Amino acid sequence: MTTSPPGAELQQQRETALIAAILSGEREKFHDLIRPYERQVYHTALALLKNETEAEDVAQEAILRAYRKLASFRGDARFSTWLLAITLNEARTCLRAEKRASLDSLDSTDYGDGVVTPAQLTDWRELPSEALEREEVRSLMQQAIAELPVTFREVVILRDMEELSVNETAEALGISISLVKVRLHRARLLLQKALAPRLRVAWKPEKKRGVIRRLPWF
Amino acid sequence: MVLNCRHVWDRISDYIDGTLDPEVRADVERHLAHCEICSAVLDSTRNIIILMADDRVFELPVDFSQRLHARLDAVLSSEAPDSA
Ligand SMILES: [Zn+2]
Repeated sequence: MTTSPPGAELQQQRETALIAAILSGEREKFHDLIRPYERQVYHTALALLKNETEAEDVAQEAILRAYRKLASFRGDARFSTWLLAITLNEARTCLRAEKRASLDSLDSTDYGDGVVTPAQLTDWRELPSEALEREEVRSLMQQAIAELPVTFREVVILRDMEELSVNETAEALGISISLVKVRLHRARLLLQKALAPRLRVAWKPEKKRGVIRRLPWF
Repeated sequence: MVLNCRHVWDRISDYIDGTLDPEVRADVERHLAHCEICSAVLDSTRNIIILMADDRVFELPVDFSQRLHARLDAVLSSEAPDSA
């Protein structure tokens, strides 16, 4: 879990060099620094805010903030973790400003001590990633993420969507590793509970039609 | 230790992340070998996690990147980063 993926060290060296260059006046290099992460920043904002226009605004604000505060970035965290922490802060500020009332009702304290019971099936037919080319499957996933309490959603976005490690997720959210694990576990089971039955219905490989079409040739 | 289904569900996330103690992991695997329900819970949870990591779940708005870099250009040309 704590070992860096291959290439991570090289990427970090490249980023350190870019940051030094930007801070010494080559400002336009900020474009290159940010390019690999703009998708991640947008996803993080969108998953939290659930609104494309707001998410784009927050993503832009977060990236501008990262530029202005670049000198305060310390090399002890990864740049991406630092950037996502800024994004989460911007998104939370936006949520608090607009949706204080509904945010309270979505608080995960409702699930604090409760156990989540997964959907109980007796078999599972694998959905390949091509399933996501179907609008129906994508919107089921988006809806299930949107329905999670916000504190669970944050953890699942960083860990499972943006594939940060548990440690990086804890760092970006400013919470303990054990709290990340608890929330992640409940969030994953809630997603399974919501999605497994729906995906099973939505995803039916169209094999039968192929067989029928082929029959006359035999 | 003989685990029931509830015990296994409580360990699903750590099982998937490979962070269970070897002993507990072996107990979970022993249960999975004969329990269809827990096997399906595991398979579906793992499948959903894999799909979740796919960029296609949320697509970027058209021209998101162009708008972002245009806005950056305006700021970069007029402002230096704050000094530490
Ligand atoms: Zn079982």
